[in-house]
Formats: sequence, C-alpha cells, structure tokens
Amino acid sequence: MQELTTTRHNPQIDPTMHVWGWEIPVYLFLGGLVAGMMIISGYFIFSKRFKNKDCVTYTLPIISLILLSLGMFSLFLDLEHKFFVWRLYTTFKISSPMSWGAWILILVYPVIIANMLMDPPKFIASKFPQLHKIKDYIHERPALIQNIGVSNMLLGGMLGVYTGVLLSTMGSRPLWNSSMLWVLFLVSGLSTAAALVHMIAKDVDERELLAKADNGFLTIEIFVLGLLIIGLLTSSAVHINAAKLLIDGPYAPAFWVFVVGMGVVIPLIIQLLAVNHKIKHTPIAPIMVIVGGLILRFIIVQAGQYSHYLNAHFR
Amino acid sequence: MARYGMVIDTKKCVGCMDCVVACKTENNVPEGHNRDWIVTVANGKFPDVNLEIQSQRCNHCDNTPCVACCPTGASHVHDVGGVVLVEHNMCIGCKACLAACPYDARFVHPDGYADKCTFCIHSVEKGELPACVSVCPTHCMYFGDLDDPNSEVSKLIASRKNHPLIPEAGTKPRIFYLT
Repeated sequence: MQELTTTRHNPQIDPTMHVWGWEIPVYLFLGGLVAGMMIISGYFIFSKRFKNKDCVTYTLPIISLILLSLGMFSLFLDLEHKFFVWRLYTTFKISSPMSWGAWILILVYPVIIANMLMDPPKFIASKFPQLHKIKDYIHERPALIQNIGVSNMLLGGMLGVYTGVLLSTMGSRPLWNSSMLWVLFLVSGLSTAAALVHMIAKDVDERELLAKADNGFLTIEIFVLGLLIIGLLTSSAVHINAAKLLIDGPYAPAFWVFVVGMGVVIPLIIQLLAVNHKIKHTPIAPIMVIVGGLILRFIIVQAGQYSHYLNAHFR
Repeated sequence: MARYGMVIDTKKCVGCMDCVVACKTENNVPEGHNRDWIVTVANGKFPDVNLEIQSQRCNHCDNTPCVACCPTGASHVHDVGGVVLVEHNMCIGCKACLAACPYDARFVHPDGYADKCTFCIHSVEKGELPACVSVCPTHCMYFGDLDDPNSEVSKLIASRKNHPLIPEAGTKPRIFYLT
C-alpha cells in the first residue's frame, strides 16, 4: 500500500509530526543530568566517602535544584493548556509514564533538599541560622545520612529511567519503541553529571575520580547506543526504517558527528589521556560530553517524531 | 455495552469531502484543522493496481495508547459505545496522546486542549448518526455496534473483504474499509 494524497493539514502533525520542539529535549536532558547528579551524590553519601568530596556532596544538590526547576519550567512552557497544569496532581494514572514522572518530580525535591541540608550553602545558611541546627541534627545520626544517600540514588534512578520510559512506551513511534532507551538516557545522565563534576570540582582527587567514572559511563554509552541500533535493525520494517534515520538518514550527520564523535568517542579519548597523566585535565572534554548529551535528546526526540508506521511506505 | 465502529465502502466513496465539511460544521472544528480527512491510496503493482479513497479519522481503537499515556485521565473511553473522548477541562496540552497515536488523528485545538473525532457522540446518544455518515451522498459510510452480530456494520465486515488501518500497530482499530 502506498499513500498518495491526503487532505489533512493539521498544525504540528503534517507533513510530519513535530508536536515537541526544544522544550521537551531540554527537559529530558536536564532531568537526566539531575538524575545523574543525585545518583553520584547519593552514592558518595551512602558509602560514607563524602568527607573530602565537596563538589559531589555540597555543590551538586544546589545545582540540581536549580537545573531541575529550569527543566520543569521548560516542560511547563511546552504545555498548550497551561492553566490546567494542576490537573497532573489530581490523579495518578498507573499506565501513564508522564503521570509517574509528575509524582517522581514531587518526591525528588525534598530528597535533594535533604541532601542540601547536610551542609547548606553559605549564602542561604547566613540568612537562616536555624539551618545549622538541622545540619548538626543530621550529622549526629549516621543512619539518617545513609538514608539520604539511598533515597538520592533511588529517586535519581527513577527520574533517569522515567525520562527514557516516557518515550519508549509510545509504540506508534518506532525509533522510541525500544527497551534500551531508558538505559541510554540513564547512562547519558550519569555521564553528563560526572562530566559536570569533572569540570567544576576544585579538589584534584575528586576531579580525577569523576573523570575515571565518566570514562566508564561513556564506554557503556557506546555499547548501549550500539545495542539500541542493533535492536531496531533486527526488528520489523518500520523499526529498521527508524534506525536508518540515525544511520544514514536525515539525522545521521548530527548523530554521528555531535553525539557519537564529539559527545562520546573524542571526549573519552581525551579523558583517558588525562587520567593516565598524558595531558592535563581541561574543561574541553566535559563540555563536549554535556553538549553531546543535550544533542542526543534533541536528535532522539525529533527523529522519533519523524519515525512513523505510514512514513515507512515512503522510503 | 455497545462497541461503536464504522465501516466505509471504498468502492462507493468518491472523495467528495462532504464528510469533512459536515464534521467541521457540526463540531465547529477550527479553521486549518481537521477531525476527518480524505486519503487517496494506491494498492498493488502495475498493471494490477487499484485506487482506494479513504475517509479517515480517529479509529476509536480497542487498545488505546492515547488513553493509556494521558497523565490526567482527560483522554478516556466513554461509557456509551466505548468511544474515545477528551475531557477538555482536564487536558493539560502535554501532547503525549498526539505522539502516541499511530494514525496522527489528534491535534491541538487553538484553545489548548487535544481534539479529535468523537463519532459525534452528542448526536449518537440522541439516536442520530454521526454527521459524516448522515451526509454522505453515496452512502458509503456505515455506523453501528460491532458487538451486535445483526448490526449492519457487523454484517458488512462478515460478508465483504475489508481491512483496518495499520493493524500492525496493535491498537485494534474500529474503522474497517471495504475493498
């Protein structure tokens, strides 16, 4: 069967679907980045290795709060019926990843704030002296500290997974319809978060440690990207066509150059040389990883909307 | 409970777009938007080729990805006939249902909510036919209960060669095209 003509010309739908612009990729990127920061920060708190990790434990929570709020604002901008946004919180739909996400985001805030209260930023603590009492209360209770670490890892994991599941449950868009997508977004979130610490940490050991961790995440990301494409290529005709959008289709140049090349492979080489003391640590590789993570979300969201059961007949 | 569906005879359809105009008039569909539309499809290979004119709209699927993904419950299956509807005052305009529909049958109404074909349920509940069915000059469209073996739609599906759209998407659509 081949579609020849249609009289439909609905905005955002025709000629190809483009309902989600820049807002959703930015939201997914920031959500993934915050998820990565929560997992990394939570891990160091849980394993009681946070004493000398100033950036990981004390800087990341405040950055997470700011970036998560920016991400949610970006999501709000995307809504077409903005005054009804409160409807998200009048129900919980177990079949809707977006409903899960809305409630996960509500739970994420107090967990990040609990992490931040372990050592509140000076500009906040100076205005609210009672925060010192809370800090002392937390530090007198090692079990509570561990619980803060665990809940950061758990909620961070849920947030990172949700950003991928949100897209992968849509069977109508073959490119998204892969169970590897949540793994890709979670690993990419961890990788961008590690890159951020690598870039901003003042402590040399902390920077070195997170650069090594990022190398691990980037290596996993290469395999996950490969498995995502192999999974699509070995599936039905529409999924094969969806994979071709990235392999040699209209999104291929951006995918290979900005995501695979400049977002994963080149920074991985630079960081491998840096951790082996062949070259100095510079912000170049982490910036490439972070920008690559953002472009990955843009490409997946845009190419996913382009991929379609009907479009398969045209290629 | 009834399970409303539609049968469209492509041997009779001439693509006059009366159904499109009737829908826009009946439901005040905003300018530049369509709840239903006409698609011309070629089947087969030369010299064995045939042309199908299809009046398309929301398929009111049995397996509804649009309802499943809706975070507020605005997209729902109506008690009458299992018709898929959108509660405008519950919709936040997240567009997840637009992306989830393999038929691209939904759009964002200029007022901000997701909009689509309702099978003219406001008329059907009064015992009337959907506007598109009632105006068709060639009588190529049939509407009725798919669960009733004695309904016209069930008899046509049982007796004539037919196909739904994109069955491989797994949504179990409820509009069948007679060929």
